[in-house]
This record gives sequence, structure tokens and C-alpha cells, in this order.
Amino acid sequence: MIVENLFNYWIVIVLMMTGFYTVVSRGNLIKKIVGLNIFQTSVFVLFISMGKIIGGTAPILVQGDTHGDVVYSNPLPSVLILTAIVVGVATTALGLALVVRIRELYGSVEEEEIHGMDEEEAL
Amino acid sequence: MNLVQHLPVLQVAVPLVSAPICALLRSSERPAGMLQGRLAWAIACGVSWAMLVVAWLLFEAVRDGGPIVYELGGWAPPWGIEYRVDTLNALVLLVVSGIGAVTSTFARRTVEAEIHPDSLSLFYGAWMLCFTGLLGIAITGDAFNLFVFLEISSLSSYVLIAMGNDRRAVAAAYQYLIMGTIGATFILIGIGLVYMMTGTLNMYDLAQRLPAVDHTRTVHAAFAFMIVGVSLKLAAFPLHLWLPNAYAYAPTAVSAFLAATATKVALYAMLRFAFSVFGPDYALHQLAFQHILLPLSVAAILVASLVAIFQANAKRILAYSSVAQIGYMTLGISLASVGGVTATIVHLFNHAIIKGSLFLALGCVMYRVGSVRLDRMAGLGREMPWTMAAFVVGGLSLVGIPLTAGFISKWYLVLAAVERGWWPVVAVIVVASLMAAIYVWRVIETAYLKPRPGDRDPVAEAPAAMLVPTWILLAANLYFGIDTSIPVGAAAHAARQLLGGGP
Amino acid sequence: MKRNPIVREIGDFMLPAILMFALYVQFHGDYSPGGGFQAGVIFAAGIIVYSLIHGLERTQRILPPAAVRAGASIGLLVYAGVGFACLFLGGRFLDYNALLPHPEGPNNPHGQELGIFLVELGVGITVAAVMITIFYAFAGRRDDP
Repeated sequence: MIVENLFNYWIVIVLMMTGFYTVVSRGNLIKKIVGLNIFQTSVFVLFISMGKIIGGTAPILVQGDTHGDVVYSNPLPSVLILTAIVVGVATTALGLALVVRIRELYGSVEEEEIHGMDEEEAL
Repeated sequence: MNLVQHLPVLQVAVPLVSAPICALLRSSERPAGMLQGRLAWAIACGVSWAMLVVAWLLFEAVRDGGPIVYELGGWAPPWGIEYRVDTLNALVLLVVSGIGAVTSTFARRTVEAEIHPDSLSLFYGAWMLCFTGLLGIAITGDAFNLFVFLEISSLSSYVLIAMGNDRRAVAAAYQYLIMGTIGATFILIGIGLVYMMTGTLNMYDLAQRLPAVDHTRTVHAAFAFMIVGVSLKLAAFPLHLWLPNAYAYAPTAVSAFLAATATKVALYAMLRFAFSVFGPDYALHQLAFQHILLPLSVAAILVASLVAIFQANAKRILAYSSVAQIGYMTLGISLASVGGVTATIVHLFNHAIIKGSLFLALGCVMYRVGSVRLDRMAGLGREMPWTMAAFVVGGLSLVGIPLTAGFISKWYLVLAAVERGWWPVVAVIVVASLMAAIYVWRVIETAYLKPRPGDRDPVAEAPAAMLVPTWILLAANLYFGIDTSIPVGAAAHAARQLLGGGP
Repeated sequence: MKRNPIVREIGDFMLPAILMFALYVQFHGDYSPGGGFQAGVIFAAGIIVYSLIHGLERTQRILPPAAVRAGASIGLLVYAGVGFACLFLGGRFLDYNALLPHPEGPNNPHGQELGIFLVELGVGITVAAVMITIFYAFAGRRDDP
């Protein structure tokens, strides 16, 4: 019962940990950005899941005389997530642009190699 | 039509508009002339000084009349977003806009020297966006709005840092991006969990609704996520790894601007979340997060000061010193008393001035010498007397010599520690001040007592356009070391408001 | 991909539909899911599909990079301009009630409609311009040997 009702939230946890682990453990810069994206997506699912009300319809006013009986889902989390998605897109674009520049300047996108080159340079 | 009543929104909207105007200057593909860069600089500088005036007017208004509330879009809170200015806000706004004004005045020469002319207008556009974001974080009264402004300032600061000359600037910006985005996402998770429990995003409303639900695990998790997220942006030990590289390799003016403002605003966000939203009762008594904060602060102070002593690059010394100073600020919070939080806020104000002036002095050195490595800086005391004198005064302030601003913050911190009876903390502060004296002495000794290295030609003093802003900040250092009524008065009032559970 | 007839024909067929759909989503944001951001992304996706099929140079002749970069700034200025217009017309910042003469009561539905319309238009322009600029920036880089 716990798994069925809270299925969304289990998915949130799985995605969040997967994304976070990828960011932390992978040395390839592009994989880090992929992990970051998965991590952010889990947060989006968390917010949207909380907005849905059981038995609620889409939060757009129903035409006609409803006697105030219609139950609407919460529109606010969806709007918050739209903003967060835009932020995520901008972060990914910026991250990838930095990776392209790092590739041009260092010749590699592996974190250890870049670190090694910096250590040699010493200041 | 009365513009004065709209001051809170002007504080954020005017820099926001100036950013695309600066960026528009750089639309075409043709190579840019110096005129484009100068015009962008003039816009950035003018807007920064105007925002300092607005911040000062807001500070005066709050000091005389109490908190100011501005509803965006005419929608009343909690449905609408409100900008809420109280004493703490007004002080932080003053710090950010003041540092922004002085560093943007300083910036023209160093930016033209370090950045390609084609990118100048875009650089100032990003600078204005960062400025907008920092001001927005300080002024908003809505939790999600704070997250949005946090991301605006963070993304533009990644761009600004990546524009440094060195290729390590790009790697530093990437590392900062990864860590900063994780921090901001943690804050978003915290906001989501709190919204789930209370149904509101307005900070004042949250403060009223949270006590009913704050025994639940959701709210505990929300608090943890928010504090860790803010600590990442704050560079609290051990989440400080992005800071030394980012500050050392960024363009000169950017280092000065970010070092003096970005972490201070993150500290403000921590104070706001911990005390205004969750409440001092919850944070300090129910969860008692000061027990985790205290050892981490002490570790930050001791370890960072120790590492700073062994650095060979002057900017890296200052960067590690910043981590230690942030440790002082979180130490003030972990003392869990009005005196402790007062010391934190006073140090927030003073450290911005101190670090700003030190980085500007190093900026003058970078402009003339081309490097800030200690072995290249040998003998500068004779060639650049005003610049190195500025560094000496700033360094004395960092150590905490009486008559400087640094002494005032250390004094209040020691006072708060003694008030609690925690003598080991006082010992830590004294030891750390000695370590600060060691690394400041290393720079001063190299500049004044060592001879000029053979492969460096003698350089002239820095141009007046760069010395004047440096000395303005130094004069502020000395002034606020003697007449402490503004920062200490505001800090004490703000601390009482925060810990008294006020709005 | 110009030489692949299937991709080329379907791409040329779908492109007008994609752009029209972007405009539909833009202006129906208050009746159905949509609004500025989604519309901007769909528009940019259409342009990117065209560019993948017919080549970057041809796309850049139609939508010059300079104009697209300017578009990004102009969209933001439209949004902020609406905010300041509300300010100067007597209301708070972004208080759309002040945009059109008040009929009756405190809320002005026509003003709100106009305000949201303009604001979403600004968002749509900026998002489309930024997406296309990002594509140009990445696609236009030559790989160093």
C-alpha cells in the first residue's frame, strides 16, 4: 500500500539519488551535467506530485454554471516548476558551454586529467 | 507621480533593465570599438551609484519608520509576492549596492585590460544581472522569489568568473556551477517541502503557519535541505571547495565584487530562513542546529587560516582568508544569542568592506604587474606606495587591530562568546587572528622588505581612477572602526528582531 | 540531411505547422496549457529542425545571429517595460489593473488580459531568441584538430 500510494515520491527519491551519485562519482564533465539534470528532474516530479489533488481536474476554469462543485488541482506548483525548468535549461546550456571551452583549452573533459594539468602548472 | 513609494521595486527593476540594454549594445557581428565598452561601463557604473542612493533612502526610511512592505502587481500577500524591507535587509542592501558602486567605478581599466573588447558590453550585462540577483535576494519576502534571484545571481557569476584570463578560470567556473546548482536545488527542495506542509510561499506567512506543523519529519527535512543548500552558496566549511579557485582566477573586478557580496547575501539568506521563517525557537531549541554549526565554524576558521599561510598566490591567500572569515560569521550564529547574531551581522558589514578593499588593492597590483604571485610582487612597496599602503591598512583590519572595522567585529564576537562563558571559542578567535597576522605579514614582508626580482621591470603607481575607489573603501574601513553607530546599531536592532521572533 | 528525401520532405511539410503551433500555444496560455516559455521553445525547435535539414548558413541568412541576439534583450525589455508602464500609470509595478481605464470595481479584467498578453509575448520572444542563439553558438563552432 505504501508503494502504490506514494509511487511518485519513491520515483523522486530514486531519481534524486541517481542524479546526485552521478554528479559526485563520475569524473567526466558531461556526465556530471547529465547527473545534475536528473537531480533537478526529480525535484520537478516532487513539486508536480504535490500539486495534484485526488479527484481534481486541470486548473482551468470550467465554463458554465458549476454551483462551485468543481475541484481543481493546485496550479501554483506547476508554475513554480516552469520557472525551475527554465533555470535548469539555462544551467545546462551554460555548463555545456563551459565544457566546450574546457575541451578547447585543456584538450580533455576528464576531471582527473584537468586537475593534473593544473597541479603541474603550480599557480 | 511619486517615485519614492516605489523604491523597493526600483532597487531591483532598474539594474534588471540595464542588463539587456548593455547586452543590446553588443548585438552586431562587427568588431566592437572601445566606445561600446565605455558606454556599457558608464551604464553599469551609473546604475550602481543610483542603486546605492536608493538603498540609502530605504535604510533611512526603515530606521525612522519600521519595516516597509511593497506588494508586486497590487496583489496582497500571501497570494502576491511582496518585497519586505526591515533593518537586516536594508543593511545588506546598503552593503551590496555600496560594494557594487565602488567596484564598478574601479572596474573600467582592469576590465579593458583583461577582457576582449568584443565581450565588454556582455560582461557588463552579466555584471548588472549579478547585481540584480544579489539585490533581489536581499529584498524579497517570498521564498520562491528568493530562489529565482539566487539562480539569476549564480548563473551570471559563473559567466563572470569564466571570463578570467587564465584557463583555470573556466575550470573554476565549472566546478562552481556544479556545486552551486546542487546548493540551489537543495534550497528548492526545502521550499517545496515547506510549501507542501503549509500551502504558502510568503516568508512572513510561513513563519506564522510553520509552528503548527514543525514537529513533522517533512519540516525537519526541509530545514536540513535549506541550511545545507545555503551553506553551499555561503562556502561554509566543508562545502567551500569552489571558492579559492573561483576567486583567484576570476577577472580582478569580479573577484572584488563577488568576494565582498555573494557570500554575504547567502549568509543573509541563512539568517532569514533559520530565524525569520523557521523561527529561533525551532532552529535553536528544537533542532539546535548550532551544535553542528559550532564545530564546523571552528574548523573553518582554523583550517582555512592555516592553509592561507602556505599559499604562494596573494589572491588565493585572500580567498582562504574569506573562508575563515565566513567561519567567524557562522560562529556568531552558533553562539545562539542576540550578542552572537549581532556580531555576525556586524562582521557581514565589515568583512565586505575589508575584503573589497584588499581585492581592489590586489587589482591595482595585477593591473601594473600582471600577476599576483608573491614572488612577482617582491619590492612593490617602493614602486606602488599608495597601493601597498592600502593593502597594509586592509590587512591590519583583517587581523583586527583597534581603530579598524575588523577590530569591531572581533570585539563583538569575543564579547558574545564571553557572555556565554565559552572561553575555548575566545582562544580560537585569538589564535586565528595570529594566523591572519602571519599571512598578512607574508605579503607585506614580500612587498616592502624583499628586493625587486630580476626579471620584472619597475612599474608605476596605479592610476588614480583605480586608487580612489580602493581608498574610498579603506576610508570606510577606518571610519566604521571608529564611529560604529550605523553598522552596530542596525545589527543589534536586526538581531533583536530576528531572535525575538519579530516579523 | 538535405540529400535524404524523406527527412527533407517531411521537415519542409512540418515546419509551418510547428511554427503555427508555437503561435497557438503562445496566445492560448490562459485557456489551455501554454504561455511564453513553451511557445518560445517550440518555435526554436522548429527553426533548429530547419537548420538541421538545410544547413546552418541558410538559416543564418533568414534569421541573422545579430537580430536573434537583439531579440533576447528586446523581449526582456518588453516585460520590464510593461512593469514600468503600470508604475507610471499609477499602480504598483506589474499591476495590470492600471493599464486600461477602469470600468468598475477594483479589478480590471481587460487590463489584466492586456498585461498578461504583453508579458507572455516578451517571454516568448526572449525564450525563442535565447534558444536559437544557444544553437547558433554550439553549432557554429569549428572543431579544432
